[in-house]
Amino acid sequence: MAAADKVDPIHQFQIHPLIPIHIGGYDVSFTNSALFMVVTIVLASGFLYMSTASRALIPGRLQSISEMAYEFVGNMLRDAAGKQGMQFFPLVFSLFMFVLVANLIGLFPYFFTVTSHIIVTFTLAILVIGTVVVYGFAKHGLGFLKLFVPHGVPGLLLPLVVAIEVISFVSRPVSLSVRLFANMLAGHITLKVFSGFVVSLSALGAVGIAGSVLPLAMAVALTALELLVAFLQAYVFAVLTCMYLNDALHPGH
Amino acid sequence: MFVTSAYAEDTAPAAAEGETHAGTAVPAEEHGTFPPFNPATFPSQILWLVITFGLFYLFLKRVVMPRLGAIIDVRNDRITQDLDQAARLKGEADAAVAAYEQELAEAKANANKIGQQASDAAKADAEGTRKKLEAELEKKLGEAEASIASIKAKAMKEVGTIAEDTTSAIVEALVGGKADKSEVAAAVKSASR
Repeated sequence: MAAADKVDPIHQFQIHPLIPIHIGGYDVSFTNSALFMVVTIVLASGFLYMSTASRALIPGRLQSISEMAYEFVGNMLRDAAGKQGMQFFPLVFSLFMFVLVANLIGLFPYFFTVTSHIIVTFTLAILVIGTVVVYGFAKHGLGFLKLFVPHGVPGLLLPLVVAIEVISFVSRPVSLSVRLFANMLAGHITLKVFSGFVVSLSALGAVGIAGSVLPLAMAVALTALELLVAFLQAYVFAVLTCMYLNDALHPGH
Repeated sequence: MFVTSAYAEDTAPAAAEGETHAGTAVPAEEHGTFPPFNPATFPSQILWLVITFGLFYLFLKRVVMPRLGAIIDVRNDRITQDLDQAARLKGEADAAVAAYEQELAEAKANANKIGQQASDAAKADAEGTRKKLEAELEKKLGEAEASIASIKAKAMKEVGTIAEDTTSAIVEALVGGKADKSEVAAAVKSASR
């Protein structure tokens, strides 16, 4: 059983409490997941804070990275949601940085990947959709419902189209969260499986060690791919957030 | 196997920990549930996500983003300012070049004018001198002509007298006897016409 556990690719997603806390019958312990959330925000905030501390006119490398991230997200939001959308810049920027840094930290061996848990990505997605709905209704009132009624659709088709639009809107938080969660989960399971092959094969002696070169190479290649996925998923999350926020600003299609 | 025993050591403290918290019912340690879908861990994760992400959001919004925005704004301002200054300096340089060229043109025009004046003056001077000389020459010519005329007249008169004398002598030699002076004079006069 121990040997099976060693290569158990699911073990890395286990959550165990570090400081048990119970409030009102709920288990809200400070877990390894919470620890890595703290690590994520401390690293991200620390980097952004320290790299910009000198406020150099001609930026150094680290300051350039911070500025690039800032302008990258800023341009993304401006392109998707226009000038009005810039009021959501702090939200989109913190979402992007949080997801990106959490994904990257997760790539270190033995580190927990916060974004590989559906509840985390779902909470973030609900935050986005909640912002869209609350802002949409606050700004446009019932006019926000025009989002579900596209222009130029024949009357006969309208009920069908509206139904499709509603379903598409409701499935947004699901797709937004499942996309990130599934990418991180699958990537880490694959990495773990191939790394497990290396360990299992090495235990078989000289032939096994020679044979373990293949899964090792695979694990290295997958690590590079996961690095790309970590960035890409943060980008996709931020881009979709921008597009949904655009709907809140301009509900008419 | 070596690997297995090493792992056994690893799992021992974890198991012990699990037992310690057995009273607090740690569902994440349960076997058979896929950890990401274990609802027992949801409240804790949501709470800590809200706390950490909330703090992160506030920190970025209050501290980091104003700072980054200010850095980029200052740089853009500086670039705009520098470009403006460059444009201003270029304008000044252009104006200086234009002024230089205008002065050059003026100087050229002045030089031309002065040259023209000098040449006109020289021409006028030369013309005056020439006219004076011509007038003098004319005068001298006139005088000379007058003197020639008077000499000629005198000579002609003398020619008449000589002719009369010669005629008298010839008449005397041919005819013998003295010829009347007034007749000789009349005859010479008519012959010389």
